[in-house]
Amino acid sequence: MIPLETFRVALRALLRNKMRSFLTVLGIIIGVGAVIAMVAIGEGAKAQVEASFASMGSNLLIVLPGSTQSGGARGGFGSLPTLTWDDLKAIRREAPAVRYAAVQLRSNAQLMSDDQNWATSVSGTSPEYFLIRNWKAARGRSLLDSDVESSAKVVVLGQTVVDKLYGAVDPIGLTVRIKNIPFEVVGVLEKKGQSPMGQDYDDGAFVPQTTFQTKIQGGLQKFISGTIFIGAASTESTMRAETQVTDLLRDRHHLDSGAEDDFSIRNLTEMANAQADGMRTLTTLLASIAGVSLLVGGIGIMNIMLVSVTERTREIGVRMAVGATPLNILLQFLVEALTLSTAGGLVGVALGIFTAGRLAAKFGWPTLVRPDIVVISVCFSGLVGVVFGLYPARKASQLDPIDALRYE
Amino acid sequence: MSLIELDKVSKVYRMGDVEVHALREVSFAVEERDFVAVMGSSGSGKSTLMNIIGCLDRPTGGAYRLDGDEVSRLDRRELAGVRNKTLGFVFQSFNLLSRTSALENVELPLLYAGVPARERHRRASEALGRVGLAERVHHRSNEMSGGQQQRVAVARALVTRPRLILADEPTGNLDSRTTVEIMVLFQELAEAGITILLVTHEPDVAAYASRVVVMRDGRVRTDQNQKARRAADDLAAAAPLEDEPAEASA
Repeated sequence: MIPLETFRVALRALLRNKMRSFLTVLGIIIGVGAVIAMVAIGEGAKAQVEASFASMGSNLLIVLPGSTQSGGARGGFGSLPTLTWDDLKAIRREAPAVRYAAVQLRSNAQLMSDDQNWATSVSGTSPEYFLIRNWKAARGRSLLDSDVESSAKVVVLGQTVVDKLYGAVDPIGLTVRIKNIPFEVVGVLEKKGQSPMGQDYDDGAFVPQTTFQTKIQGGLQKFISGTIFIGAASTESTMRAETQVTDLLRDRHHLDSGAEDDFSIRNLTEMANAQADGMRTLTTLLASIAGVSLLVGGIGIMNIMLVSVTERTREIGVRMAVGATPLNILLQFLVEALTLSTAGGLVGVALGIFTAGRLAAKFGWPTLVRPDIVVISVCFSGLVGVVFGLYPARKASQLDPIDALRYE
Repeated sequence: MSLIELDKVSKVYRMGDVEVHALREVSFAVEERDFVAVMGSSGSGKSTLMNIIGCLDRPTGGAYRLDGDEVSRLDRRELAGVRNKTLGFVFQSFNLLSRTSALENVELPLLYAGVPARERHRRASEALGRVGLAERVHHRSNEMSGGQQQRVAVARALVTRPRLILADEPTGNLDSRTTVEIMVLFQELAEAGITILLVTHEPDVAAYASRVVVMRDGRVRTDQNQKARRAADDLAAAAPLEDEPAEASA
């Protein structure tokens, strides 16, 4: 018998009992819909985490100075300045896996425009910082090496600060007073959004590190009163850069092999991976719960197919009497189960995408429908149909034609 | 060479510890173009005989040659092929697919024979025309009277151009008038060269056959040729008595 005919016969049999067919595949529809929606939510959350880490900077290491220790009470990292400007130069010079290195000196200060004021974090840094963080100026320009060399009184503002101080006015060329010292606004950075911890990157002002030291911090110092940002040459070399910088700093700080580091290095790539792993675990968990409901749906199909075989025993007998081989009968019921489950899978995909969309709209959850998951779900539901349809189909094909014809 | 040759065919069913001998070394032959009625009370073995001749069942002993081929040792798949190509079945309870049009019911054997759709349509319509249902091709089985349904069943048996039609109590569910109509149809088919084997327990129906075989306790009791009654004459004689034929008005 021609495959197309088998499919047509199967479709006819299913349409004859529309309500029952629908109820049978409801399990599959819900199962596939749940898989699609769950994975979409999981993937969306993962993509969001990845994006927020990427916005911090790619291949990023942050070196923090050591901690103070006075009378048994130990301060946190950064409380004791241990990193020197010479350390920075050495990192740039001697760690081959390091591509960029820049300091971030930080202080909170009140910024004043002509008619507004705003307290924000002011950072002293150099142009490499913006390369490490992959952060460009949306208007005007970023900091230049010449600004650092000449201790220019220029400032680059984050978008939030611009909004608070100037509103819709273009601030380029205007003067902003930081700790009452006038700075010229030379650039506005593009919007970067929030850090993975919810901190607003755009709420900040950036001045040359030299200017920061003399005007805001008050005097040049041997130690860096801030952190060092390091951009590794590539994602793969991030670990190598970490090792190289650790070895270099331990050597420079004359630490014995048993002594603790007097600094710490945060590897953002590792943190991002750990976060992404967590999200993947969540996605897998959600998908497997949904997968279980798909299996339950398959059992529903088997159940109804068994009922259908019993109900249509006479029909099977007639088909056998007029020349259907056991294989014909097997295929007929198998194709019926396959059609049922695949149709359920397709409807489930539509339901899943719709649900994901509704959730995204209603709760503002980021969702991401991955095409490969859609294809896998539909194929899997088809497989469920074949696996659970096989037993009833075999049962039908093994019927004795005489008994089948006599069946009441 | 006979179309059907049974040589000491036995069938033993095992029901628990008890052996039931449904057929005891039955030997008989049916020539081509014969119209044979098999009679007997229930339990006489006539249904078992029918099932074996119809390739629905296999004998436990003896040999069965259909058109010269030994078919008693074929497997299920091969038997299905024989049923499809050589045989046609007509049952007491019509056994049409429910909620399915007459045309599709008649096409069913052709579907399993792998005949292309266009050819199936043509041959099924032709077969329905031959049983006088050309106008009811698209009626569903549940929209037809018993007589019409049995005509569809005959058309379905005919459509593969079989050598042999097996009819198991084909008139058991029909009234006397439609019984005669169906018998007219069978006699026409027999005249056209199709061999017919009819199982019945009604002597009135057996009278239309040209040969009557009576079974009893799994054996053939009597086997004789007779001059068949002409069903067409009976129908003609009966027609004036009916005020409005049910078949024509339905």
